[in-house]
Order: sequence, then structure tokens, then C-alpha cells
Amino acid sequence: MSPTITTSSEANGNVSAATARAAASAAASAEAAGPQPVTMAKALNTALADAMHADSSVLVFGEDVGMLGGVFRITDGLTATFGEQRCFDTPLAESGIVGMAVGMAINGMRPVIEMQFDAFAYPAFEQIVSHVAKMHNRTKGAVKLPMVIRIPYGGGIGGVEHHCDSSESYYAHTAGLKVYTPATVADGYRMLREAIDSDDPVVFMEPKKMYWTKDSVDLGELRRLHTEGTTAGRTSEGRAAVARPGTDATLIAYGPSVPTALAAAEAAALEGRSLEVIDVRTIVPFDDDTVCASVRKTGRAVVIAEAHGFASVSSEIVARVQERCFHYLAAPIRRVTGFDVPYPAPKLEKYYLPGVDRILDAVDDLQWEN
Amino acid sequence: MTISADHTAPHSTSTEAAENALTEAVKKFGITVEDYMLPARHQIQMVDPDGRLIPESEQGTQPGHEYPVPGDDELLAAYERLVVGRRVNDQNSALVRQGRMAVYPSSHGQEACQVAAALCLSDADWMFPTYRDAVAVMTRGVDPVQVMTIFRGDWHGGYDPLQCKVGIQCTPLTTQLLHAVGVAHAAKLRGEDTVVLAMCGDGATSEGDFHEALNFAAVFHLPVIFFVQNNKYAISVPLAHQSVAPSLAHKAVGYGMAGERVDGNDVVALLAVLDRAVKLAREGSGPLLVEANTYRMQAHTNADDDTRYRESAEVAEWRAKDPVTRMRTYLTDRGLLDDDGEVRIREKAEAVATQLRDGLSEDVAVDPQELFRHVFSAPTPQLKEQSAMLADELARDAAASSSDQEAAK
Ligand SMILES: Cc1ncc(C[n+]2csc(CCOP(=O)(O)OP(=O)(O)O)c2C)c(N)n1
Ligand SMILES: [Mg+2]
Repeated sequence: MSPTITTSSEANGNVSAATARAAASAAASAEAAGPQPVTMAKALNTALADAMHADSSVLVFGEDVGMLGGVFRITDGLTATFGEQRCFDTPLAESGIVGMAVGMAINGMRPVIEMQFDAFAYPAFEQIVSHVAKMHNRTKGAVKLPMVIRIPYGGGIGGVEHHCDSSESYYAHTAGLKVYTPATVADGYRMLREAIDSDDPVVFMEPKKMYWTKDSVDLGELRRLHTEGTTAGRTSEGRAAVARPGTDATLIAYGPSVPTALAAAEAAALEGRSLEVIDVRTIVPFDDDTVCASVRKTGRAVVIAEAHGFASVSSEIVARVQERCFHYLAAPIRRVTGFDVPYPAPKLEKYYLPGVDRILDAVDDLQWEN
Repeated sequence: MTISADHTAPHSTSTEAAENALTEAVKKFGITVEDYMLPARHQIQMVDPDGRLIPESEQGTQPGHEYPVPGDDELLAAYERLVVGRRVNDQNSALVRQGRMAVYPSSHGQEACQVAAALCLSDADWMFPTYRDAVAVMTRGVDPVQVMTIFRGDWHGGYDPLQCKVGIQCTPLTTQLLHAVGVAHAAKLRGEDTVVLAMCGDGATSEGDFHEALNFAAVFHLPVIFFVQNNKYAISVPLAHQSVAPSLAHKAVGYGMAGERVDGNDVVALLAVLDRAVKLAREGSGPLLVEANTYRMQAHTNADDDTRYRESAEVAEWRAKDPVTRMRTYLTDRGLLDDDGEVRIREKAEAVATQLRDGLSEDVAVDPQELFRHVFSAPTPQLKEQSAMLADELARDAAASSSDQEAAK
């Protein structure tokens, strides 16, 4: 007999851990063993399914996430596997989706909700800012909101207007929200599982142009590590990763800009320059230690992000690094970001998006002559 | 109803079951589903402003909309709460004038709505109130001083919502209605028979979340009662600027739920309508919308000047429909209330007023470190840094002021 829907065992609930997180996943048996080529979409989908197997209070809902499996297919098969009470379509109303999730989280569930696209999360902004972010503080921790708001974000897919925004700064600016954004397939799995397990609300920003990115990943091993207790004691939260080690300058990036930064570092290596690439992973909480250790080592830094640069996560990173590493800097920190214009039409996006050349130009500007 | 994790639910089974429950409920009333969803032609009123029981044929009822008069014990208990509620409103307004509270949106004149909204619920049910519903929250049993903490100024909320099964009094209009929907949805998925009462004002029905909440509740067939206190104004803006619907209760049919309007200063009618609404919701017939026709007797808050937008004659007209005196006359005439009873009830009200005065006159020490403690379940490194910075600042201030004192000696 499968577990019935019960109260979340960790937040706002009094029911004991009836839904053993360690429960072996049915999906596991169907998988080939060892590392396989896996897309980001598949990793996220597997993370959702595994979380739903592990804890019956995990619910998935949003627009077209049921029968269709989501417009990006991230929720594919969940309704068939778990029934339409655990993965279901809602009426078309983003504030309704987030607001209902708040109520469900108050009453013992762990909702994982999908905003169909970045710009279509804006109707939910009031719920996110006034309630999701503030409930824990307002109630002095009596009410936890263990919910995840998944948002496909960013450009690079030739999308039409309102489908390519980088909206992370709005959420990062809001006290009380955690903001995760994976940049590798393995992190897609790992970080989504951790976001669902978190007792704090997490805005989970999925770089949509990376949904079809493939890495060689052992999902079974990732699942085992997660089940055995948070990735060998190292959760992703607040831990940036050194995506590529280097010695001459640091490229700081997150989400969709990480592959671009890695490509730039590869190109720079051919020119004899060794660039370290830092993948921020969780914008909130931010890993000052890893980022600053790298900048102190290299003495030079460029921050890369797709979002508009003005009043953004990239400005925040520059400010933080400057405050902490001023005496180690050989040059002012540079930024390569989207221009301060509304996200452009598909034929213009190549001029807007940070690319390898623009990054290398910024690196060239880091006062190497001294 | 519980469901298993690996079970492939056949499409729409739950929807059909819920629709059947609605049809069954309607059958009992001998009317069509549409007639059930439309409010009665007139508001439901049982006791008139002079305290007289209205003959059944004139109570505004029609087939499917007849309501039995609640029992004497329930009415006496409600009267006691009315008197306490009125005293609470007036005490709180006085505390604002004395500078003990920053602000108080009074429900003076709306006490019948406040009391009925709480009394119709069982212990395991939930309530989602607004800023104006302090009396409803206290009637539900939450400690009065804890309720008023939100207005005392030391924190944004004073009671534990999970323990009280009452959402924190909500200010962003109608956002709490969706939380009510979520609480009901979670309970339904676990097979619990929780009913949730969600409150808002007349002006708030124009907000987008009002629409989204009613539609979600209807589509998912959730046991939510949307209780609208139509007190005729949204700060200064009269109802005519919010809606030209025949009544706010008529909005229900557009969502496929039942609506009813009731005299919001008649606690007898309110209890009758809300008791049935709770029973129907609990039995699975889906959400309901109840509009209470009442009046905000005082300004929006102490910071507002209502003479700028309404005539005193209008206020006087509503004073004659007062919910407390109406009930006192009714109960006295029926021999259920005498002078002794009245004295006893007033003593109870006075005790609550004293509790409020004492609780709110106390200067509560605030701990600046609380700023950082509850943002997340554990503080981030950045919050720890900021907390240390503030601690250091305060320590230096304290050291400076003690050395100033030394120097002065
Ligand atoms: C989203 C939002 N917009 C505006 C306000 C400011 N505001 C507070 S109360 C109020 C009037 C609400 O009127 P109504 O819904 O009729 O409730 P009442 O105050 O009469 O009880 C307004 C405009 C708010 N709190 N939230
Ligand atoms: Mg009003």
C-alpha cells in the first residue's frame, strides 16, 4: 500500500515522518546504471518525481503541468504516476497559484508550483513579496512556508516578448526569499531536491535555454547521495562552485551565464590567460567566502549576467566583492550584462546577451599592463 | 478521502463526486441549481431594527432559502459576544487616542458580523480575517492582547496562526482569501472535514485575488465560505464605484457557487445563514459567498476624516439599526435576558477592556536582535553579519552613554 497524503513531516505539521524520505524510488529501477547523457529537463523531472515518492505532502501544480507535463515537459508523467490530486492543472491565475500554495504550506503541504514563464510570474508578485517572503518573519517562525516556486527564466531561445526575462533581481532583492539557480544538469537534480526539502520558500530559477543541455550524469548516484543525507554533508545552499579553476582573473556567473563564462575561459586559455569561473548557484544566500577567496587569489574579476545591469544581482556582486576585496584588486571589477533595454525581439537578442567576445573584451580591460 | 501516491486517478472523478454532492444538497431544497446559486430576492432578515422577530413569510426567504431561527443558547452567547465586541472596539479606539496604539480600524457597528463569523466555526476550522476583524479573532478565542499586538507596534503579529487556526489579520486586500483556499485544499486532500471562513470588505471585492480565490475554490470544490462585510465604503469610496452588480452576493453564480445576502446587523439572521453555509460546506457541496449588509459607523481608522465623504444623516440612519441594541430588545422581550443578565455580561466586557488597557499600556521591551532571527528558519551569513554590526553599534552606544554618566558625576 502506497502512502496516503499526509502532513509534511518537518514544517507546520505534527504528523510523524510517516512518509519515509528514504523510500526507494520506483523510477530508480527503470534507470540504466552509471553515468548517462541526461538533459537538465530530465534531471529536474526526476528530482520532482523522487521528491514526490519520498514525501506524500509534496504537491505539484500550475498551468499545463498535468496531462501535458508542462510546456517544457518538466512535470512530464507526474500526474500519471501520482494521480491528479498530487500533480494538477489550476485555473489560469498566477496569483491564485502562489496564494493557494501559501495556504497549502500553512496547512502541512510542500507545494512545488510552476510559473509558466518568467514574465508570467508578475501577476503573483504581491503574493510572493507580501506573503511568501514575510510569513515566517511576521509569525516569528510559527508558520513556515516550505514551498518552491519554479520559474523558467532568461533568453537565448528566440522567444517572443514576455518569454525571456531575467527576473531574479526582483526576488533576490526581497528579504525572506531564497533564490536558487542551477547551471549544470547535476545541480538541476541536487538543488531542486534541496529546495523542496527546505523549510524556507525558494524561488527556483531554471535557465530555460539549458533545459536541453546534456551532461553525463549518474542520476541513481545523485539520488542515493540525497537520500543518504544531503550530498555527503554538503548542501548547495550558500555554496558557490568553482566551475573551472584559474589563476589570472575570476569570472563570476550564475544560471545561463555559466556556460558562456566557461566558453570565454576556454577561449582565454588559448590566448594564454587562466580564468577561474565561479558558479554562484544560490543567489540568496550568497556565498561571499568562495567568491571572495577566488578574487583575492586572482586580483581581478568580471561579473556576468543576462539581466539588465542597473540595480541588479550583478551590481550587488560587484559591491560585495569591492567591499571585501578592495586591497586585493588590481583593477576595477567589470560587468558584462544585458543592456538596460526591454528584452529584445529574437533577431536582436544576440546583440543583447553577454557573449564570449564581450567577456573577453572586459577581461582585456582589467589593467594588465601594470 | 485519501489517495495513494502511486494511484493513477481517473480523470475528473473528484470533480464529479463534488458536483453530485452539490446536486444532492440542492435537491433537499427542492429548487434548481441555478436558483440555489442565486441569492434570495431580498436580504435575509429575521429580527428587525426594533428588535422584533419578523414573520417567516417576510424574512426575505423563498424556496431553498429558508433558515430556522438559531437556538436560545446560541443567541444568548452571541449577545454576550456582541456586548464584549462593542466594548473592545470602543476601548481600542480610546487607546489609540491615548497614544497607546498606532492605529485601530474599528468594527463598531459591524459587531454582529464579527461575532457570527467566529461562532459559526468549529475548533478545527480556520478563519482568515482582515485588519478590521480583531473582534472576530477574539470571539474565536484568541487572547485579546495578542490580537492587538499587530497595532501595538512591537511586531507584525501576536498570535500563533497554527495554534489558533486563524490567519494573521491581513492588510493586502483579499490576498488572504487564497490562503484560505489553500488551507481548505490541503485539508480536503488529507480527507479532513475542515471548513475555512475567509473575510473581506465590499471594496476588496474589486481586487484580482477576490476573483482568483472564488474561482479556485469553486473549481476545486473546496469548503470555503467567503464572507463579505459590505459596510458601504472602502475608506472614502462608496460601493457604487466598486461594482454595479445587483448585489455582491450575485457574484457567486458567475463562479458556480451559491450566494446569499443577509442583514449584517441582525446576528440572528447571520448565524442562521452562516450555520447552514458551514454545514453545507462541511458536507461537501463546495464554497459559498455570503454578503452581510452592514455599515462602518466610524471613520476608516483614526487617521481618516469621514465627514469629507459622507453625510451625518446617513450615519444617523444606520445608528438606528444598531446590532447590539436590536438584540438586547429582542432577547429582553422574549424573557431570555433580564437586568441581572445584562449586568453579568457587562462585567465580562469590562474585564476584557481592563485586560486590553493593562496589556497595551505596558511598555514592552523590544529586542533589536529579533530583526534578524525570523527572516529564515536559520539566519544566513549576511544576516549574521548585519546582526553583529547592530550589536556592536548598540554596545558602543551603551558604552558611550555610561562614560557620559561617569563624566557627569
Ligand atoms: C492591495 C491593497 N490596496 C490598497 C490598500 C489600502 N486600503 C486599506 S483598507 C482599504 C479599503 C478597503 O475597503 P473594504 O474592502 O470595503 O474594507 P473596509 O475597510 O471597509 O472594512 C484600502 C484601499 C490595501 N490595504 N491593500
Ligand atoms: Mg468597506
